[in-house]
Amino acid sequence: MLEIKNLHARIVDDGTEIIRGLNLTVKAGEVAAIMGPNGSGKSTLSYILAGREDYEVTEGDILYNGQSILGMDPAERATSGIFLAFQYPMEIPGVATMEFLKVAMNEQRKARGEEPLKIPEFLKRVKEAAASLSMDMAMLKRPLNVGFSGGEKKRAEILQMKLLEPKLCVLDETDSGLDIDALKIVSDGVNALRAPDRAFLVITHYQRLLEHIVPDTVHVLYKGQVIKSGDKSLALDLEANGYAGVIGEAA
Amino acid sequence: MPAVQETIDRVRKIDVDQYKYGFQTEIAMDKAPKGLSEDIIRFISAKKDEPSWMLEWRLEAYRRWLTLDEPTWARVHYPKIDFQDIYFYAAPKSTPGPTSLSDVDPELLKVYEKLGIPLREQEILAGVQKTDASELEEASDNVYKSGRVAVDAVFDSVSVVTTFKKELAQAGVIFCSISEAIREHPELVKKYLGSVVPTSDNYYATLNSAVFTDGSFVFVPKGVRCPMELSTYFRMNEKNTGQFERTLIIAEEGAYVSYLEGCTAPQRDENQLHAAVVELVALDDAEIKYSTVQNWYPGDAEGKGGIYNFVTKRGDCRGDRSKISWTQVETGSAITWKYPSCILRGDDSSGEFYSIAVSNGYQQVDSGTKMIHLGKNTSSRIISKGIAAGFSQNTYRGQVSAHRKATNARNFTNCDSLLIGDQCGAHTVPYMEAKNSTAQFEHEATTSKISEDQKFYVMQRGIPEEEAIALIVNGFVKDVIQQLPMEFAVEAQKLIGISLEGSVG
Ligand SMILES: Nc1ncnc2c1ncn2[C@@H]1O[C@H](COP(=O)(O)OP(=O)(O)OP(=O)(O)O)[C@@H](O)[C@H]1O
Ligand SMILES: [Mg+2]
Repeated sequence: MLEIKNLHARIVDDGTEIIRGLNLTVKAGEVAAIMGPNGSGKSTLSYILAGREDYEVTEGDILYNGQSILGMDPAERATSGIFLAFQYPMEIPGVATMEFLKVAMNEQRKARGEEPLKIPEFLKRVKEAAASLSMDMAMLKRPLNVGFSGGEKKRAEILQMKLLEPKLCVLDETDSGLDIDALKIVSDGVNALRAPDRAFLVITHYQRLLEHIVPDTVHVLYKGQVIKSGDKSLALDLEANGYAGVIGEAA
Repeated sequence: MPAVQETIDRVRKIDVDQYKYGFQTEIAMDKAPKGLSEDIIRFISAKKDEPSWMLEWRLEAYRRWLTLDEPTWARVHYPKIDFQDIYFYAAPKSTPGPTSLSDVDPELLKVYEKLGIPLREQEILAGVQKTDASELEEASDNVYKSGRVAVDAVFDSVSVVTTFKKELAQAGVIFCSISEAIREHPELVKKYLGSVVPTSDNYYATLNSAVFTDGSFVFVPKGVRCPMELSTYFRMNEKNTGQFERTLIIAEEGAYVSYLEGCTAPQRDENQLHAAVVELVALDDAEIKYSTVQNWYPGDAEGKGGIYNFVTKRGDCRGDRSKISWTQVETGSAITWKYPSCILRGDDSSGEFYSIAVSNGYQQVDSGTKMIHLGKNTSSRIISKGIAAGFSQNTYRGQVSAHRKATNARNFTNCDSLLIGDQCGAHTVPYMEAKNSTAQFEHEATTSKISEDQKFYVMQRGIPEEEAIALIVNGFVKDVIQQLPMEFAVEAQKLIGISLEGSVG
């Protein structure tokens, strides 16, 4: 489903290279965990997948279902099924969460040539999704993410993911800021979305999340490259021994 | 960053076609000769069949105007206006004065149809349907819901029709053109005209007093709540013609009225002058809500053409506990010079100013308000949202003052500016003056750029760039949009989106 080939990318503003020859393949139905020390380029990779303009790809390619997505803008990528749950979701003052959800869902439907959702159907979907994440409907009347607690923002990300039904879900540290109960709720939400035609890239620092969302593969990112890949035992190994060994091996 | 470069390129390409009201209409017109003189004023007055006191009032204003100089303090730049090159009076031949709908020239009706303005009394405002969003949020109770709006349509220099007159009359409300009011209700006009904005007030107001041609008159008697929204649509059609509208609204003790004006003009290469005066008078316990959706032609991509909009709007909270609220959505005009103000004369009276000013291309906006606290326990609130894109300049200019006797005067001011791109400018010029130590004035101001982070986040959900910008901007102006009557809120939101089209890459 996703094939990243020898990807090099730099910051447009100052030319610093952040991604330095990264290779990664994720199959449909797979849950791939991405781990790695702070500043290794995990969030940057997620932004590049989503098409952020601050980064420029200088070499390599990203294939999604066999097609390069480098020429697509963020909205086109989203519409084609790529979703990013942000490490730091943005606040959108004055735009009610509900209104935002409606615009996003309908814009994606429009791009696919579908009719906008009828209000009752829309409300039904939102209510169900919110209930499954133990989110209060009252919160959805508030402007998106404005004044939401860290954990509430993360839940709101997963709510959007559920409603937009993407095919490639990139979760950037969705577990950080969640309390123990919320971690369970959010993980259950993600697990419920696991499907043969859907893949997940789960960026995390902690084994704890991977106990709930059990990955098929684990990849260690360091200085803009995948330096080691393995199965779920790799995460346990990192938890026990830290990154030093893996980094030393690669060097 | 490439985003910014792209933005600049796109802004360069702003196409005049985006102004959707730029069509012209061929209608046989009755015009005064070009230029300004005592004779022209006599001509206008005679055309309108005015009593002699009115003519004298105009002439006095004219003589005073000759002694005044054009003000230069606003942050706007334009070549000197040649007042001898302007037509001061132009009226459709077929419609010498306000008539019933059946008498109106079908060509004129077509114009208003094209503009989406309902002149047929059974219609609600065309194109404005209840939004999905409003079904989601329970509509608040204070919005007017019946969907009926009475309209006074002013075409160049005359009012062509006023709807729902009979029904309003049953409630005791007078809603007609100012020309008709001068003939039919001279006692009211004499009593109130110029009582808020004196003929000597300022250059453009003085000019307006001399040459005003039409506008609306509203009188809501004691204790009456006006049963529907009132609105006036101003259309400037004729080439080289100035529009000098004069509006007077009076709410007697305990009365309530909500009034909306809308404005459009054809696309022309020459600049056109619009110099209006609006006076509001609120007696004890009365409330006037005045909303404007201004969409005059802003000029083309190079800054050629467009309306010069020099407007004096002032409300007098003459009575105790009276309230005047101005809401404006300003998206059009090449130059806007406009400061709807409140004189808080009555004790416990309050004034509000809610403003959205959007500028794009080469537009220049210098707008704001004055809140003059004279009575005790008076309060005022100012919420201003300026959005600048392209090469435009957007200035908020506000004055809040408390008189010596205005004990416990309170003001809250919040001015936020949003910049799109880096070739535009936003400026905030607040003046605050309290001659009374009990006054409490609060001022907040922010300037921000539309953030690439926000835009990226919104687009990541599948919302295309222009829609993403419109969504963020509409969120930014939400506090003000909420002040508009519901029928117009949707229209205003769309208009803001359209005005910013092409402003982003
Ligand atoms: N726009 C930018 N300007 C400057 N530096 C940047 C920019 N974006 C990323 N970087 C740098 O690139 C490196 C990778 O950052 P990134 O956020 O991708 O790390 P990360 O792996 O997600 O780290 P963490 O685990 O702390 O979230 C860091 O050194 C960061 O400072
Ligand atoms: Mg990160």
